[in-house]
Amino acid sequence: MKRRTLLAASVAALGLASAGAAFAADKTKVGFVFVGPIGDGGWTYEHNEGRLAVEEHFGDAVETIYQESVPEGADAERVLTQMALSGADLIFTTSFGYMDPTLNVAAKFPDVKFEHATGYKRADNVSTYSARFYEGRAVQGTIAGHMTKSNVVGYIASFPIPEVIRGINSAYIHAKKVNPDVEFKVIWAYTWFDPAKEADAANALIEQGADVILQHTDSTAPQAAAEKAGNVITFGQASDMGEYAPMPRVSSIIDNWAPYYIARTQAVIDGSWTSVDTWDGIGAGMVGIGEISSAVPEDVKAEALALKDAIANGSYHPFTGPLKKQDGSDWLAEGETADDGTLAGMNFYVEGITGDIPQ
Amino acid sequence: MLRLEKRPTPSRFWTAATPVLAVLLTMIAGGLLFMILGKDPFAAIRTIFWDPLFNEQFASYSRPQLLVKSGPLILIAIGLSLGFRAGIWNIGAEGQYIIGALCGAGVGLALYPMDAWFIFPLMVIAGALGGLLWAMIPALLKTHFRTNEILVSLLLVYVAEQLLASMALGLMRNPEGGGFPGSRNLQQYPSASNPELIAGTGMHWGIVAAFIAVIASYVLLNRHLLGFQIRLTGQSPRAARFAGVNPNALILFCLGTSGVLAGLAGLFEIAGPAGQVSIDFNQGYGFTAIIVAFLGRLNPIGILLAGLLMGLTYIGGDLAQFMLGLPAAAIQAFQGMLLFFLLGVDVLSNFRIRIGKTEAA
Amino acid sequence: MDLSAINPLVLIASLMVASTPILLAALGELVVEKAGVLNLGVEGMMITGAICGFAIAVETDNPALGFVAAMAGGAILSLIFGVMTQVLLSNQVASGLALTLFGLGLSALMGQGYVGIKPPATHDLNFGPLADIPVLGPVLFSHDAVVYISLALVVAVWAVLKFTRLGLILRAVGENHDAAHALGYKVVRIRILAIMFGGACAGLGGAYISLIRVPQWTEGMTAGAGWIALAIVVFASWKPVRVLIGAYLFGGITVLQLNLQAAGVAIPVEYLSMSPYLITILVLVIMSADRSRAALNAPASLGRVFHASS
Repeated sequence: MKRRTLLAASVAALGLASAGAAFAADKTKVGFVFVGPIGDGGWTYEHNEGRLAVEEHFGDAVETIYQESVPEGADAERVLTQMALSGADLIFTTSFGYMDPTLNVAAKFPDVKFEHATGYKRADNVSTYSARFYEGRAVQGTIAGHMTKSNVVGYIASFPIPEVIRGINSAYIHAKKVNPDVEFKVIWAYTWFDPAKEADAANALIEQGADVILQHTDSTAPQAAAEKAGNVITFGQASDMGEYAPMPRVSSIIDNWAPYYIARTQAVIDGSWTSVDTWDGIGAGMVGIGEISSAVPEDVKAEALALKDAIANGSYHPFTGPLKKQDGSDWLAEGETADDGTLAGMNFYVEGITGDIPQ
Repeated sequence: MLRLEKRPTPSRFWTAATPVLAVLLTMIAGGLLFMILGKDPFAAIRTIFWDPLFNEQFASYSRPQLLVKSGPLILIAIGLSLGFRAGIWNIGAEGQYIIGALCGAGVGLALYPMDAWFIFPLMVIAGALGGLLWAMIPALLKTHFRTNEILVSLLLVYVAEQLLASMALGLMRNPEGGGFPGSRNLQQYPSASNPELIAGTGMHWGIVAAFIAVIASYVLLNRHLLGFQIRLTGQSPRAARFAGVNPNALILFCLGTSGVLAGLAGLFEIAGPAGQVSIDFNQGYGFTAIIVAFLGRLNPIGILLAGLLMGLTYIGGDLAQFMLGLPAAAIQAFQGMLLFFLLGVDVLSNFRIRIGKTEAA
Repeated sequence: MDLSAINPLVLIASLMVASTPILLAALGELVVEKAGVLNLGVEGMMITGAICGFAIAVETDNPALGFVAAMAGGAILSLIFGVMTQVLLSNQVASGLALTLFGLGLSALMGQGYVGIKPPATHDLNFGPLADIPVLGPVLFSHDAVVYISLALVVAVWAVLKFTRLGLILRAVGENHDAAHALGYKVVRIRILAIMFGGACAGLGGAYISLIRVPQWTEGMTAGAGWIALAIVVFASWKPVRVLIGAYLFGGITVLQLNLQAAGVAIPVEYLSMSPYLITILVLVIMSADRSRAALNAPASLGRVFHASS
C-alpha cells in the first residue's frame, strides 16, 4: 500500500492524475483494449460487441473508448496509461498477455478500475474475468460423439495453453462417453490467426477421415472446407457462424461478454465496484450455445440440451471423476469434480487422447 | 512537359525542406482521409502530431514514451544502414531481434533467482551474440555459397518466430505461471532488468545504446577507412575491389553489425519495456526499422530523426484511436502515406524540375 | 502413427490449391523483377486484391467479377509504387515496404462492412468423366478455374519472356536500362506496365484467398503470403517454371506438415512449422552452390533507379 501511495503521489506531482479526475464527474468513461482488430470476426469482434452493448444499454450516461490491435507488452502499458490519463473510470483489458501491464498501470492509478480477461493476478483495483468455454465444449463433444460415423474427430488447436487443452479434454471426455470408439486427431496450428492455414488444417483432417471438425481458431475457413467436403460437420467458434447452418455448422460456442460488461459498468456508476475473480459459464450466460441445427437428430439434440441445462444449473460438472490422465495416473476419483486451480493451469491430456502436447 | 534534371550535388535547401513539405502534404492527404471517415481532420492531425508532445494532459507521459518507442527502431536502423549502403540487404532484422531477445532473456532466466551485478551485462553480451549468430547464417551462406541474403534473412524471421513461440510455451515458460504461456517477467527480477535510468524520462540502456550507435556510425562513415570502403562498395563494387576491399569481409562485417545491433535492441526491449518472453513479443520493429533507415537516407543523423518521427506517429496514432475513435487501419494507412510523401518529395533534393522539352540547362 | 492415412493424390490436389495464391503473386513479381524493379509491396497488393475481390463479389453476387476487380485493385495500388519509383525515383525497397503498410491499412478500412459475410461460391470446373480417371482425375481435373489460370499464366509468362519481342524488351530493360533507353525503348513506361501486371497478379492471388480458399474477409488475412511469394521468386532464380516448382514445394510442405501432425507423427510441432522455411533455405543453398548457373539469373539492373539523363 505504501508503495502504491508513493507512486500515486509522484504521478500527481507530475500533474497527470488531476486531469483524469476532472472528467470523471459527469459521464462514466469505459475503456477497452483489444489484442486484434475489431474486424477479426472472432475473439476481439465479440469483445467489441460487448462494448457496443454497454453503449446501447447506458446511452448518454456512459462513453466508451477503445483501441484495437494493441501488441502485448510495452505498447499495452503505454496505451493503458494514456487511457487512464484521458479520464477512463473503468478499463477492460481483453487478452492474457496484458496481465503484467495492467497491474503495473493499475498501481499508478488507484482510482481507475481495471478488469483483466483470462488472467490470474488481481489487485484492489484489478478484477479478473474469464469464461468457462469448456462447458460449451462438453456439449460439442456429446454431439460430435453421436454424429461421427468414421469415429474420427478432428480438432484444430491454436497454441498449447491451458484454455485450449481444457477444451480438447472436455470435448473428448463427452464424445467418448457417448461413443467409446471415438478418436481425436489434433493439429496445432501454432497461430491465432491465419485463415489459409486453418483451411489447410481442416482439409488435412478431413482427408484423414475426420467427419467432425472442432476448432479453437476464429475464422470460418474450416467451415468452408467442411462444406466443400460434404458430409462433415463443424461448430461455430467465438461467434455463431450461422451463415454455415444447418450444414456443416450444427451448433456453436458464442462468447457473450455483454452482460458482464454492463454489470461491471453499473457497479462503477453505483460506486459498488470491488475486485473480484469471475469465471462464468453457460449458467451466467457468458458462454452461449448456438442453436443446434436440423442436421442433428432430435434425440441427440435433446441429449445435448439436457447436458447444457445440467451444466447451467450446476447439477453437472464437465470434469467429474472417475478420470485418469493420459499417462494412466489417477486424476479424479469417482464423483469428484476438478477444482478451478487445476483447470486454470491444465497442461495434460486425459486418458485416451493420443499424441503429445507440444512443450 | 515536366522534366527532371539531375543536380550535380543534392540541394542543401531541399534536403532540409523536403521532410517539412512531406509532413505538410501528408497532413493534407491524411486530413482528407479522416474527413471521408467522418472525423474532424484538424482534430485528428493535432492529436497525432501535437498532443503527444504538448498536450498538458498527456505530454509529460508521452514525450518520454517517444524515446521508448523510437529507441529500438533507431538502433536496428543504424545497423541496417551500413549494409544497405554497401548493397548488402539484411531484410531479416526482425529475426535477429527475436533471437537476441531470446538469448539474452535465456541467460537471465537460467540464473534466476541469483542476485548479482554481472547478470545484466552477461545478458547484453548474450543478446548481441544471439543477433550476431542469426545474422551470420545468411552472411556465411552468402560468402560460401553466394546464396541470396535477402531471401535467407527473411525466411529466418519465420523460423525465429516459431522458436519464440516454442520458447514461450516450453523451455522458458514461467514455472510459477500456472501453466500459462510466457516467461517470468524480467522487470520483476532486478538483476536482469533494464529499468528506466532516470524516472520519468523513458531513458533506458537500449536508448543509450541507440545514441551511441548513431554517433559511432557517424564517425565510422565519415572518418574511418572502413566507412569509405562501405560507401565505395555501394557505389561501385568493381572499383571497390580494385581499391583492395575484401567483399566477403565486408559482408560479414555489415551483416554481423546489423545482427548485433538488432539483437541488442531485442534484449533491451525484453528486459525492459516488454518484460517477458511471450508468443507475440516481436512487434515488427525489425521491418519498420528498414523504413526508418531509408527515411533517414541511410544517414545516422537522418535515422535518428526518422526514428523519432516514426515513434511520434505511433504514439499520436494511439491517441487518435481512442480519443477520436479512428480505426487502427486509418492510422496504418496514414503512416503509409507519410512514407510515400517523404520518399516521393526526396526527388526535389536530387533533381531540378524543368518545364519544357529543351535540353538546355 | 499412421502414415497410410495420408493419400498422396489428395495431398497433391490440396497443395495445388494451397499454393495458388503465392504462385500467382510470385509470377507477377517475377515479371516486375525481370523488368529490373524490386517491389516489396506484394503483401499490400495481395490484401488489397483480397478485399476488392471480396467486396465486388458480394455486391454483384458474381465471383468472376470479383476476381476482375481484385486484379484492378491490385494494379491501381501498384501504380502508386510505379509513380513513386519510376517518376519520382524513390528508393524501391522503402517504397515497397511503405506500399505494404498502406495496403494493409487501406484494405482494413475498405473491409469494415464485410466482416462475417459469406461470399458467393466459386465452383470447381466440371470436366465430366475426366474427373473420374484414376490418379489424374483428382489431381488434374478437380479444381476451380483460377488454378488453371495460374498454370496457364506460368506457361504464358515463360513463353512471352523466352520467345517474344515483348519478352526481349522486358529483359533488356531489366538487364541494362541505359542500353535499352539508348535503343529507344520507353524504360519508364515498360516498367510501370510490368509493375501493374505484378499488382494485378498479386491482387488475383489475394482474392483467391478471400473468395475460394478461406472464404471470408478478415483484416490481415493474407498473413504473410506476399513475403513468401517474394522469396519464391529469388528461390526460382527468376524462371517461371521454377516459380511453379517453388510455390508447389512450399505449399506442399505446409500441407504435408499438417497432415503429418494429423497422422500423429512424433516430431515436435514447432519444428514441423519451421520446416517449410528451413527446407526452402536448404534448397536455395544447394542451388546457389552450383557454380555453373548461380547468380547469373538476377536481372542486372534489379532495384536500380533509372533516370534518362543520368
